[in-house]
Amino acid sequence: MPHWLTTDWLSPEEWQAVRLSLTVALRSVAFGTPVAVFAAWLLTRPRLPGRPILDAFVHLPLVMPPVVVGWLLLVVFGVRGPVGALLNDWFGIRLVFTTAGAAFATAVMSFPLIVRAVRLSFESVDPGLEAAARTLGAGPLDRFVTVTLPLVAPGILAGAITAFAAGLGEFGAVITFVSNIPGQTQTLPLAIYSATQVPGGEATAARLALVSFVLAVAGLLLAELVARRLNRLLGRVA
Amino acid sequence: MGSREGGAFPVRMGSGEGAAFPAGIPVSPDTLSVSLRHAFPGFALDAAFDSPIPGTTVLFGPSGCGKSTVLAAVAGLLRPERGRVALGDTVLLDTARGLALPAERRRCGVVFQDSRLFPHLSVEGNLRYGLRRAPRGATGPGFEEVVALLGIGPLLRRRPIGLSGGERQRVALGRALLSRPRLLLMDEPLAALDAARKAEVLPFLERVRQRFGLPILYVTHALDEVDRLADTLVLMGRGTVLASGPVEELSTRPDLPLAARRDAGAVLACTVAGHDQERGLTRLRFPDGEVVVALRDLPLGAALRVRVRARDVSVATSEPRDLSVQNILPATVGEVTPLASGQEATLSLRVGGSTLLARVTRDAVERLGLAPGRPVWALVKSISFDHGAAGGGAPV
Repeated sequence: MPHWLTTDWLSPEEWQAVRLSLTVALRSVAFGTPVAVFAAWLLTRPRLPGRPILDAFVHLPLVMPPVVVGWLLLVVFGVRGPVGALLNDWFGIRLVFTTAGAAFATAVMSFPLIVRAVRLSFESVDPGLEAAARTLGAGPLDRFVTVTLPLVAPGILAGAITAFAAGLGEFGAVITFVSNIPGQTQTLPLAIYSATQVPGGEATAARLALVSFVLAVAGLLLAELVARRLNRLLGRVA
Repeated sequence: MGSREGGAFPVRMGSGEGAAFPAGIPVSPDTLSVSLRHAFPGFALDAAFDSPIPGTTVLFGPSGCGKSTVLAAVAGLLRPERGRVALGDTVLLDTARGLALPAERRRCGVVFQDSRLFPHLSVEGNLRYGLRRAPRGATGPGFEEVVALLGIGPLLRRRPIGLSGGERQRVALGRALLSRPRLLLMDEPLAALDAARKAEVLPFLERVRQRFGLPILYVTHALDEVDRLADTLVLMGRGTVLASGPVEELSTRPDLPLAARRDAGAVLACTVAGHDQERGLTRLRFPDGEVVVALRDLPLGAALRVRVRARDVSVATSEPRDLSVQNILPATVGEVTPLASGQEATLSLRVGGSTLLARVTRDAVERLGLAPGRPVWALVKSISFDHGAAGGGAPV
C-alpha cells in the first residue's frame, strides 16, 4: 500500500467505510451500465411500443424518495419477496443485508443518471453514418458494435463516472434495503450518519465528509474530462 | 420467406434460377433498370429509366426533383412503395415479388455529399471497413491500387476530422470502391466543395470511371459534371424522368429544359483527327463533321468530348468570307424553338448526322427566314473542352 494510505489520519473503521463505498459504487456501475445502455437504446427507438411508460419507469428512482425505492426493493428482492425468494432458492443469492445488495440498491438509484447521459449520446449519433455502414455491408449488430457504440462511448463513460461518484453517497435506498452493518453495508454516508449519532463522533463525521466531498468533485471533473477528450477524438467540439 | 436469406438471391439468369423470373419482366444483362414509385407528403416520385452498363449514368435536375431519392432507393436506404431495380440480371428490388435486398447486401458503394467518414476510425480504418465486409468471391481493385489511384497514401494514419473537403471525398470514394461494389452510387459528391476543391476531385472521379469499368450512377445539378462524366443522361424534374439517353442526344433536344439554360449547347463526341503544328491547330472529327481548335497536346485518335454552346454559334444564310472564325460548317435548320422570354429562339442545326444548337434573336429568325429545312452556315466561335486539363471555353 502506498505510504499515504497507511497513515492513520483515518481509523481502520473509517478506512473500511471508504473502501466499502468504493467497492459498492464500482459494482453498481459495472452492473448498471450495460443495462442502462440497453434501456437508453430502447428509448431512442422511435417505434417502440410503450416507450413513454418505459421512460417514466426508468426515471422513477430520480423522483421517488430513496427510502421508498429501498422499501420497494425490500418487498420485491427480500428473502420472502417474489424475486428475492427465487434468487435465494435457485442461485443462493441473498441481497438483503449484503454488500451485493448495497451495490444493487445503488445501481437502481444511479440508473437514470446513466440512461440520461447515454440516451443523449445515442440521439446525437448521425444516422447517416449508420446508413453509410449499411452500404458498406455491415448488418444491424455489426454496425451497432462498430459504429454506434464507439460514437456513444463518451456518453457511456461520462454517465458511468457520474453514477460512480453519485453511488459513493447513496444513503436512503441502501440503509432501507440492506441496513447499516459495518464492513458489510456501511458505506461512507452510512458511516457518517452513524458517527453523528454517537457522542464524540463529530471528528469522524467531518473526516469522512471531507473524503466524500473530494471523491464527488474528483468524479465529476473526471467525467467532464473524459467526455471532452473522447469527443475531441471523434471530431466533435465539446 | 426464410429462403430469401439464403443463397437464392441475388438471382442470376442461366444458373438454374432463371425460372424465378415471371414472364414479361424484361431482363437485360447489360442494363441498369430502375423504376420507382413513392408518395411523400407533398411530393410524389414516379421515375423510371434504363441505362447501359458498364457506363456512367448521371441523374441531372434541379434541387428537390427527387434524384437523391432515386439514389437512396437504389442503395436500399429507402424502401419505395412500388418499384423494381435490376442491375443486369441481378435484381436488387422488386416490390411486385416482395423482394427487397437489404442495403447491406446490395453491394452498392455510395459516396455521399457529406462524406460520412467514420470519425472514430483513421483514414485507413475507414478504407478497410468496406473491404473487410466484401463477399469473399467479390473481385475488385486492391487496397494499394485504390490508395495510389486516389493519392491518399499520405493520409492513411490521419483522422477524418483533420482532412480538407476534397481529401474527405477522395477517401470516401476509396472506401466505396474498396467495398467491392457491383454499382457505384454518388450523391452530389462535389456539391459541398468550393471550385478549387472540386477541380481537385473531378480528375479522380474521371480516373475511377475510366479505370474500373464499374457501373456508376451519379447525381448532380452541375452541368459541367454531366459533360465530364456522363455516358447516359437521365434528366429529372419534379419527381419524374423527363428524358434519358446519351448525353450527345439529349443536349441537342430543344424541347428539354436543358436547351433553355444560359449554358445550353450541343455535346459532341470527337476524336483527334490531326495536328497542324505550323498553324497551331488541332482538327477534331465528330460524326459527319470536323472542327479545328487551338493546338492541343493529344495523341491522334484520342477521344474527347466538347461542348459547343448555343450562344457561341451564329448563323449565316450565305457563305461568310474573311472572318476570324475558323469553324464554318454547312448545316440545315432542323427546328426553331422560341424561348420563354420571347425575344430569343433556339435553332437546331443538322450537320450531317450530328446536331448543333444556336441561340439567335427572334428578329434574326424573321430577317433571315430561318425555317426548318433552310440550308445555312453555322459559325462556331468557341468550343468548350469538358474532358482534359483545360476547362472553360477556348476561342477557335
